[in-house]
Amino acid sequence: MRSNRALWYVGSIGVTALLIGFWQLVADHGNIPAVFLPGPDRAWDALISGISDGPIGKVTGATVERMVFGWGLASLFGIALGSLIGSSRRAREYLAPSLEIIRPVPVSAFMPVVMAFLGIGANMVLVVVAIGAVWPVLLATVHGVSAVEPRLLDVSKVMRLNRFETLWKLALPNAMPDILAGARLGLTVSLVLTVVAEMLTSENGLGYYILLEGRAFHSANLFAGVILLGIIGLISNLALQAAEARLLPWTKR
Amino acid sequence: MKAFKGALFPIAFLLLWEIGMRAAHVESDSLAAPSQIVVAFGQAVIDGTILHRTGETLLAALCGLCIGGGLALVFSILLGLVPAFARLMQFSIELLRPLPPVALIPIAMLIFGFGFSMEITLCAVACFWPVAVYGHAAISNIEPQLLEVGRVLRLSPAGRVMKIVLPAALPRYFVAFRLSAAVALIIAVTVEITINPLGVGFELMKASQSLHPDRMFAMLLWIGVMGWSINAGLLLAQRRLFGSAGVPVRGR
Repeated sequence: MRSNRALWYVGSIGVTALLIGFWQLVADHGNIPAVFLPGPDRAWDALISGISDGPIGKVTGATVERMVFGWGLASLFGIALGSLIGSSRRAREYLAPSLEIIRPVPVSAFMPVVMAFLGIGANMVLVVVAIGAVWPVLLATVHGVSAVEPRLLDVSKVMRLNRFETLWKLALPNAMPDILAGARLGLTVSLVLTVVAEMLTSENGLGYYILLEGRAFHSANLFAGVILLGIIGLISNLALQAAEARLLPWTKR
Repeated sequence: MKAFKGALFPIAFLLLWEIGMRAAHVESDSLAAPSQIVVAFGQAVIDGTILHRTGETLLAALCGLCIGGGLALVFSILLGLVPAFARLMQFSIELLRPLPPVALIPIAMLIFGFGFSMEITLCAVACFWPVAVYGHAAISNIEPQLLEVGRVLRLSPAGRVMKIVLPAALPRYFVAFRLSAAVALIIAVTVEITINPLGVGFELMKASQSLHPDRMFAMLLWIGVMGWSINAGLLLAQRRLFGSAGVPVRGR
C-alpha cells in the first residue's frame, strides 16, 4: 500500500514534468511572442545566471529577510497581546468585538496609511508586513488561550498556580495548535505583503525586481523572479509544517 | 450590556482621537480628526467618487471570483470524482499553490497592461486555489452511499454530478465561495493600491500621496466597511441557507 502511494507520487512528478514540457512546446512553437512567454529553458538560464552573477541572490536575501523579520515581529507581538486578551475575560469582552471588526479589512489597505506616516523606506516595509501578519496569530492566540478545558483550569486552581503560571503551563500549550496554524497563515500573508510593499516603495527586493524586469520586457528574468517567489512560498510553508509536526507530535493522525 | 462593552473601546478611542487633535491644534499631512474624516467621507459620497470607485472594485472582484471559482469548481469535481487524476495532479498542485498571487502582477501587466483584465485575471488566480482545495475536500467527504445510489440508479456521469455530488457538497462549496469572495476583494484592493489606476484602492493611494489624510482615512474606513459587510452578508446567507451544514472541517 505504501509503495503504491509512492508510485503515484512519482507519477504525479512525471505529470509536472509533462506540464513543463508542454510549456516549452508552447513557448517554442506557439504563436505567443517570446516577450510575453519565455520557455522554461530561458527562465531557468535567467535564474541560474541571475543567482551566480546577477542581482537575484541579493534581492532574494533582502526579501526573505524582510518577510521573516516582519513575521517574527508580528508573531511575538500577536502571541503576547493575544495571551493577555485571551486569558482575561474582561479584556475579551471589551476588546474582542473591536478585533472582529478590524479583521475583515483587507490588510493591504493599511499600506498607504502607514506610508503617509512613516514615509517610504525600509522601516515602513517592516511595519506594514508586521501589521498585516499580526492578525492571524493574534486572533488564533486569543481563541486558543480562552478555549482551555474548564477542568484544567480547576486543576490550576487546586495547584494554586498564579495567572502567569496558568498561562505558561496550561493555556499556551493548549493554544499551540491554533497559534501555529495562525503563524503559518501569517507567514503566507507576510510574503504577499513584502512583495507588494517592495513594489510600492521601490525598496530593493524581489517584488521590485520583477516589477522592473516586467516593465523592461525582460520576461525571462521576470519569470525567474516569479519562480523564486514560488520557491520561497513553498519552502516557508514546508518549514512550518515540519515545525508543526515537531512541536505537536500528539496531533498527528 | 455585551454590545455596550464591545462598543466602549472604539468609542473611547475615537473620542480621545478627536479631543486630542482639537486640543493640540494638529495640522498634519498624515492625520485627520474623526470629524474631518466623516466630512470627507460625506463629500466623497456626494460627488459620486465612492459609488463609482466601489463599482469598479466590486466588478473586478466579482468577475475574478466567477471565472476563478468556476474553473476551480470543474477542477475540484474532477479531483473528487477521479481519484487517479487527484493523485497525478498532487505534485503540481503542491508546487503551484504556494505561489503568492501578487507575484503574478508584473506578468499580468506585461500581457494586459493597466485596466480591468489584469485585475480580473489576478483575482481569478487567487480565488482558484481555495475553491479547488475546499471543493475537493467537500466531495471527498460525501457519504459513499449517496454515490452508490447514483450507481444503482444508473445515472450518467453528468447526472451524478448534477443530482448527487453538487447538492451534497453545496454547503461546503458555499463556504469556499465565501472565503474566496474575501480573497477576491483583498487582491482587487491590493492590485489597485500597487499599480492599477482603478477602484477604491487607487482612490486611497491617491489621497495618501496627495497628502489628504481626511480623504485617505475615509477611503480606508469605506474599504473596511466593504470587507466587513461582504463577510457578514455571506455569513448570514450561509447560516440561513445551510444552518450548521456549512461548518467547515477543521484543518486544511
